[in-house]
Formats: sequence, C-alpha cells, structure tokens
Amino acid sequence: MADPFPELEEDVSPQRQAEGLKTLRLALWGVVLLVVSIGLVAMFAPDRTPPASDQAAYADLIGGPFALTAPDGSRVTDQTLKGTPFAIFFGFTRCPDVCPTTLSRMASLRKQLGKDGDKFRIVFVSVDPGYDSPEDIGRYVALFGTPILGLTGTDQEVDAAVKAYRAFYQKVPTTGGDYTIDHTASVYLMDASGKLQSIIAYDETNPSALAKLKRLVG
Amino acid sequence: MIRNCLAAALLGSAVLLAGCNAAPEAEAPAATETAASSIAVTDPWSRATAEGQNAGGAFMTIANTGTAADRLTGGSTPVAGRVEIHTMTMEGDVMKMRQLEDGLEVPAGGTVTLKPGSFHVMLMDLKQPLKAGDRVPLTLTFAGAGALETQLEVRPAGAMPAMDHGTHGKDKPHG
Ligand SMILES: [Cu+2]
Repeated sequence: MADPFPELEEDVSPQRQAEGLKTLRLALWGVVLLVVSIGLVAMFAPDRTPPASDQAAYADLIGGPFALTAPDGSRVTDQTLKGTPFAIFFGFTRCPDVCPTTLSRMASLRKQLGKDGDKFRIVFVSVDPGYDSPEDIGRYVALFGTPILGLTGTDQEVDAAVKAYRAFYQKVPTTGGDYTIDHTASVYLMDASGKLQSIIAYDETNPSALAKLKRLVG
Repeated sequence: MIRNCLAAALLGSAVLLAGCNAAPEAEAPAATETAASSIAVTDPWSRATAEGQNAGGAFMTIANTGTAADRLTGGSTPVAGRVEIHTMTMEGDVMKMRQLEDGLEVPAGGTVTLKPGSFHVMLMDLKQPLKAGDRVPLTLTFAGAGALETQLEVRPAGAMPAMDHGTHGKDKPHG
C-alpha cells in the first residue's frame, strides 16, 4: 500500500517520527481550521448570501420567542411584532460607536426607501438592562430622527432574546469597576411572519443593505 | 522542513481568517524630544447623547510633526467623570471595544485618525447630555507633548466623519 507521506520513513528514530506525526497533525488541524474559517467568512461576509437551501435551514435557527418591555412600559413579544417585517439589533446606549452608527444608518436607509420605509420596524434591544431602563432606551432611540422601538427586559428576558437570535453579548470589566459590552453588530431582518429573511452585516455596503431592505418590504 | 512550513502557513492563514484582532501597534520608543507644538488635533467632534446615556465617543485627527513618536494617554473634560482611549474591532460579527491601557501611539511625522469603527476617546460618566451644536472643552494628555486643549463639536447622534463615511461610505448614493 502506498504511503501517502513516504518522507516519514527517511528518519526512523522514534523521536523524529513522533515529531513528524505531530507536524502532520498540526498541518491537518490547520486544514480543518482553514476550511471552517472559509465557511464562516463565506457565511457572514457582506454581499455574500448563503445558497437558498442553506439559507432556509439557517433562517430557522435565528429568531424565536421573546418577551421584552417597551419605553412606555408595554410588553412586546415576537407574537405582537407579527404582521410587520422588522429589523432587530442588539446593543447598549453607552456604546459609543457601533450602536449609534448602526441606528443612524438604519434611519438613513429607511429614508432612502421613501414610502416603503414605513413598511418595516426598527427594533433596538438593549443588552444592558442594569444600566438602560426602558425610559432611557426610549430617549436614546429618539435621537435618531426615525421611529425606533427600543426594548429591554430582565436579565433573563434579554438572555432569552439574545439566544433566540443566536446573537452574543458579554460584559467586559474596565477601569474603576465599570464595564463595556462586546456584542453582535449584525442587524437581523425578519419578515412579517417573524422568520429571518436576511442579515445586514456591520461592514456591509449601503447598496447591499438597501437591496435587502427593499426585499424585506417588497 | 517543508511540512513544518506548510503547517505554519496553514495555521497562520486559519488564524488570520478566523478574525484577526487588530491589536494596537507595538510599543513605541519613549517620546523624549517631542515639543508640545509638534502635536496638532483637527476636527475634534462628538455625537449627541440622550439623558440617561452616560457615555459618548469623541473623534478627531491627531498629527505629529515631530521627529519622535508620541502617545495619547488620556484626558479630561468638565462634562465627564473620566476619559479613556479605546479601540473598536470586529471579530466575526461581534464588536469589541477595549481600553488602550498604554494609550494610542501617534507616529513621528504621521497622523492617527480616531473615527467610528476604529479608535475613539471615550467620555465616561457623563454629567450632562451632549447636545448637538454645543462645544465641549476637552483636554488631551500626551506622553511627550503634555496637555493640549481642544473643543469638541457636538454633532447629531448618528453623525459620521465629514469627509469619510467610514466603512459605510464606499458607496455614496449616485447622483
Ligand atoms: Cu454597540
């Protein structure tokens, strides 16, 4: 039987052979990592949408039941949101960068949609309920000059919503006992039935994001 | 030997693809000769904040005309309890913000731009909301150049850099 790695036999000392095998193992792990990375990049990279079949399977994984509180104190769930497509995003009001950038971008995209801009909701979920009260979130989203539904809940309610969307957040301690929060920056576009239609990545181009929103409201 | 290189290359590219964490630049030589006048800050601005929102980002371009690297290490402002220097990176679809404990290097003869999607000055424990149109004093501290007074122009909450719309700007609407 042909040895796929005949060079391994050149050196028969057990130690060298073990090293050779270790290298081989590393190389194979390298290949595995590379393949997985390419898969992830292909999945999440902007302007690249997974093939229709993958997308269908993927769509079922994201979204699901949640129950949160609006600035006026009313309860908002996946069921009460049904009937209108929505764009949902997770963040926190103390975020200096991604959150305001994304919310203002969504506001500007909505404007670009003209009349169709009224056909979907923008939903912002604060993953920092210890800091952001529903009223705080209401004042925060009002800064962006377009209707945005700001939501949060108890820690458990927020965790359940984050989990439903396969999103991620993590508090990271900073100076003086304070913390910042790492969080998913993607915007999930959900159709009127509450099913994922597509995702706008943080670094996606505006034309691509606009095309996705047009499809959402079309 | 060939296999070793191959393994290293594969692992290397996998790690890179898995989402490189744009680490802050390596340690700079200590700035001993930088004169205060060699640092210039242009277009310092901030985004409006809401009542109850207790932090905000500030952005600017810092130029160093000196012959030694300098380092922005912090600052102070009457409107915030604390000023930190942060970097923002994306790892996959997760944004991560980190304080630069050693500050931000401004290379000799070079510029550093603090902008959304990148470095920012973080105003923590805001004592009052930042209102669009306001001007807010900010003193920046440099390891070499010492203290430098600036004034932040507060723009709307969703403002992006004037000339450069960051990662979202490659695609300005046509005509
Ligand atoms: Cu954020």
